[in-house]
Amino acid sequence: MHIGTYIELVQKGQQDSAEAFLLVSAKHAAEPDIKEMCKLLASWSQLLVEKIKPFAEKYSEEKDNEPDRLLKDFFEQNRKGALALLRDLHDLWLMANEANVSAIILRQAAQGLRDKELMQLCDELEKKSERQISWLLTRMKSAAPQVLIAAA
Amino acid sequence: MNQTRDSIKDIWGERTPYKGENYPVRIDERTIEEPDHWVQSACVLCSTGCGLDIGVKDGKIVGVRGRGVDISNYGRLGPKGLYGWIANNSPDRLTKPLVRKNGKLVEASWNEAMNLIVEQSKKIIDKQTGLGIGFYTSGQLFIEDYYTLAVIGKAGIGTPHMDGNTRLCTATAAAALKVSFGTDGQPGAYKDIDDTDCIFLVGHNIASQQTVLWMRILDRLAGPNPPKLIVMDPRKTATAEKADVHLDPLPGTNIPVLNGLLNLIIQAGDVNEEYINAHTVGFEELKKTVAQWTPEKVEEISGVSSEKLRMAAHILGKTPTLLSTALQGVYQSMKATAAAVQINNLHLIRGLIGKPGSGIFQMNGQPTSQNTRECGADGDLPGFRNWGNKEHINQLAKLWNVDPDIIPHWAPPTHAMEIWRYAEQGSIKMLWISGTNPAVSLPELSRIRKILEKEDLFVIVQDAFMTETAVYADVVLPAALWGEKTGTFTNITRTVHISHKAVEPPGEAKPDFDIFLDYAKRMGFCDKDGNPLIKWNTPEEAFEAWKECSRGRPCDYTGMSYAKLTGGSGIQWPCNEKHPDGAVHIYTDGMFNTAIEESESYGHDLITGAAHTEKDYKAIDPRGKAFIKPAEYIPPHETPDEEYSLWLTTGRLVYHFHTRTKTGRAKELYDAAPDSYVQVSEEDAAALGIAEGDMIEVASRRGSVTQPARIGGIKKGVVFIPFHYGYWDNPERSRAANELTITEWDAVSKQPHFKYAAVKLSKAKEGVLHKIGEALNMVNDQPQKMEV
Ligand code: SF4
Repeated sequence: MHIGTYIELVQKGQQDSAEAFLLVSAKHAAEPDIKEMCKLLASWSQLLVEKIKPFAEKYSEEKDNEPDRLLKDFFEQNRKGALALLRDLHDLWLMANEANVSAIILRQAAQGLRDKELMQLCDELEKKSERQISWLLTRMKSAAPQVLIAAA
Repeated sequence: MNQTRDSIKDIWGERTPYKGENYPVRIDERTIEEPDHWVQSACVLCSTGCGLDIGVKDGKIVGVRGRGVDISNYGRLGPKGLYGWIANNSPDRLTKPLVRKNGKLVEASWNEAMNLIVEQSKKIIDKQTGLGIGFYTSGQLFIEDYYTLAVIGKAGIGTPHMDGNTRLCTATAAAALKVSFGTDGQPGAYKDIDDTDCIFLVGHNIASQQTVLWMRILDRLAGPNPPKLIVMDPRKTATAEKADVHLDPLPGTNIPVLNGLLNLIIQAGDVNEEYINAHTVGFEELKKTVAQWTPEKVEEISGVSSEKLRMAAHILGKTPTLLSTALQGVYQSMKATAAAVQINNLHLIRGLIGKPGSGIFQMNGQPTSQNTRECGADGDLPGFRNWGNKEHINQLAKLWNVDPDIIPHWAPPTHAMEIWRYAEQGSIKMLWISGTNPAVSLPELSRIRKILEKEDLFVIVQDAFMTETAVYADVVLPAALWGEKTGTFTNITRTVHISHKAVEPPGEAKPDFDIFLDYAKRMGFCDKDGNPLIKWNTPEEAFEAWKECSRGRPCDYTGMSYAKLTGGSGIQWPCNEKHPDGAVHIYTDGMFNTAIEESESYGHDLITGAAHTEKDYKAIDPRGKAFIKPAEYIPPHETPDEEYSLWLTTGRLVYHFHTRTKTGRAKELYDAAPDSYVQVSEEDAAALGIAEGDMIEVASRRGSVTQPARIGGIKKGVVFIPFHYGYWDNPERSRAANELTITEWDAVSKQPHFKYAAVKLSKAKEGVLHKIGEALNMVNDQPQKMEV
C-alpha cells in the first residue's frame, strides 16, 4: 500500500498552503482584504495539518520516499509590481487545487479501506480547499482587468 | 414664524397613543415666515423618508411641514427635517464652477470646467479604457440622477468602478437581503409597527437615527397592548432606555449573540416547521452551527449575560408577530452580512415574514441609498439584475441598444474601498465624487487625504458646499440641492416619493441630473445605431426610462408616474398592473426571488465573500424558497491589547446627518451639538483619572484626535466618538473619528468596519484645548447619560 505516502503528501500540501497563504498575506499587506483573508485561509490549512496527524501515524508503515513537489515550485522569484498580486494569487490557486485533488484521491482509498474517520477528514479537506479556490478565483477575476489593462 | 414644537428640546414631540389601524395624524411644522405657497417633497436627511411640503416665499424656502396623508410619517417630522432646509439658504453655497490653476481653485465658466473634464476623460480612456475612471457618488441624489449616471458609466464609458458613500451605510442591507431572499427589497413596511407584538432593534439607535419611526414606536408603547422591545447595542442609548431587554455585546460579537438567540429558540421548539419545510432551505445547517452557542458561551465571548439572552430568546421565540431592524451596529461591524442574515433567519425559522406586524427592516443610513442599489449607481446592475446572468445583461443591452460586452459584468463590480485603492495605486486616474464627503466619512483619513492629493489623480467634486473633500478637487462643480430640482427617491420600505422643485438653485449651480446629461452629450456617448445613448432630457423622461428598466423586476415602478406620485402619499413598489397602488408587503405567499432567472446574485461564501457561480447555483436552485445561511464566528482583526487597551466604536447623533455639510449649517442644529466628544464608561474614566469635559487624546495605530470627555452610558472597555465632525468649521483640532478607524471591510457586502478599532486614551495637555472642553460643556445641555 502507498496510502501512508499519500497521506503525507496531503499533509505536506496543507502545510505548504498554510505557509504560502501567510507569505502572500504579509507580502500584500497593503491590500487589506488579502492580508486578513489569507491569514484566515492559512489558519484553515494549519488546522487541517493537525487533523491529518493521527492518520499519518496510523498509516505510517504504508509509505515510501517519494519526494514532494509543492511549495518549492511556487513563489520562487520575489515578484514585484502590479502583476505580482495576480501571479501570487494564481500560484495559491494552483496549490489549493493540488490539495483539492489529493483530497479527492485520498478519499477513494479511505472508502476502499472503509475508514469512516478518514473519509470524513477527506470531505473536510475537499470542502475547505474548494472554499479557498473559490475565494482566490473571485479575487483574481476582479483584479485581472485592472492589473492587465489599466495598471502602469 | 410658526412652529408646532421646539424639536431641538422636544425631539419626538407629543404622544399620540394607538394600536392597529389609523395611526393618528400629527402635523409638525416650522416656518420662519408665512409661505406664499407649498411644494410637495420628502425629507432627505435620513432613510425614513418623511413626506413633507416645502414652504416658499418670494422664491426662497422659508420652512417645512409634514404631510398628513403620507404613510411614512402621517405629518410628523424630526429635528433634522424641521431645520435641515436652512442649509439651502446658506451664504456659503457654491455658485460657480471652480478649476485648479497653479495650485489654486479659481472661478471658471461651465464650458471651461466641463471641457476640461471631457478632455481628461478622453485622454484616460484612450490610454487605459474606461478602467481608468471611477465614480464615487452619494446616498443623496435622486433616481433620475442615479439612473443617468449608471447608464453613462455602464454603457457609455464601460467602467465597473462606480460606487459611493452608500457602500458605507447600506451595502450590507442589500447584501443580506440578496443572500436570504434572492434579491434586494425590504419585506416589511412601517405599517408593521402598528400591529406588531415585538420589536427587535439590532445595532440600531432608532431614537436618534430615525426619529419619526421612533415616534411611531413610542406611540405604540404608550397605547394599548404595547409591543415588547428588545435592543441590542453596546451603549445605553435613548432607544435602549426603553427596552424590555437590553443586550449589550462587546464590539465584533454580534454573531455569537444572534447565534445564541437562534439556538435557544430552536432548543425550545419555537420554530415553525411547516414554514421551514415549505419555504426555506438550509435549516439543518443552521441548527448544527448554532448548537455550540450556549448562553454561557455567548456570555463569555460577548459579555451579554446569559440570563438576558434567555429572556430575549423567550420573547422572540413566543411572539406571534415580530418586527426586526438592523443598522450600522451590524453593518459596520465584523462579518456584517453574515450577522445581518441571522436576523433574516430568525424570521424565517419562525415563519414571521410577509404579513401584518411581521417585517424586517434591513435599514439604510441615507435617504436615497435604496436608489443607488436599484438604479445601479453603487455597482449593482439596474433593476436588481445579476451581473453573472447573461440574460440579465442582454436585457440591459437591449434596453440601451448597446453591445452587451460594453456593460462591465466580467466580475463583481468594484466596491468603494477598492476604487480608492486603485486610485492610490495609480490605475484609476480620474475620480468623480458627487454629493458626498469622503475626506471625513471614509476610514483612515490620513490615507484618503494622501490619495486625494495625488498629482496623477484628477478629482472632480460635485457638491453644494466647499467640503473637506472639495478643497482637494481639480474641478469643483456647484450642484443644486434638494428643493431646487425635481426627482424621486425611495425610502427603506420601498415607498417612492416625488420631490418637486420649489426654488431656483443659487447662482450658476445646476442639478446633478443636468450635469450628468451635459457630460454625456459632450462625450458623445452613442448607442449601436449612432443615436445618443441617453435618450432623455428631463427628470420626468428619465423616470419613464427607469420605469422601463424596472419592468418585470421585483422593484417594478411601471405603475407609477409623476402625476400619480403628486398630491397624495408616497407609493410602495412593486407598483404595476398586479399592484396598481403598490404593495405593503412582499413575499406574502412565502415565494422569494431565488429562482435562478430571478435572483440578483448567485450567492457568496459568507465568510470569505467568494462569489458562487451559475453552476454552483444551479446545483442548489431553491426555486422560490428562501436561503437559511448560518454564520461562523470570526473575531475582529484588531482587538485591544496592552498598549491600545480600549475598543472604539463610532456612530451618529440625533441633530446631525453624515458629515454635517447641511445640518452643520442650520444654526439651531449646530448649536444643539456643536462639537465632537469621546464617551467613556465611569469605570474607565475613574481608572484613567478622566473628569467630564477633560480634553482627551484618543489614539489608534492610524492617527489621533483630541476630544472632550463625556462620562457614562457606555460599556466598560468601550469608547464612542460621533463620526459627523470634520474640519470645515473647525480646522484647528484633529477631531474626525475616522482618523482612527481601520481600512477593512466585510467580505460579502464590502462595507467598511467602523465599529471597532483598538485605541488608547490620555489626557491632552492643558491650555487652549482644555478651554474648548469647558466651553462645550456649558453650551451642551443635552442629557449626558442618555445618548441620542
Ligand atoms: S426622521 Fe428622517 S426623514 Fe423624517 S424628518 Fe427626521 S431626518 Fe427627515
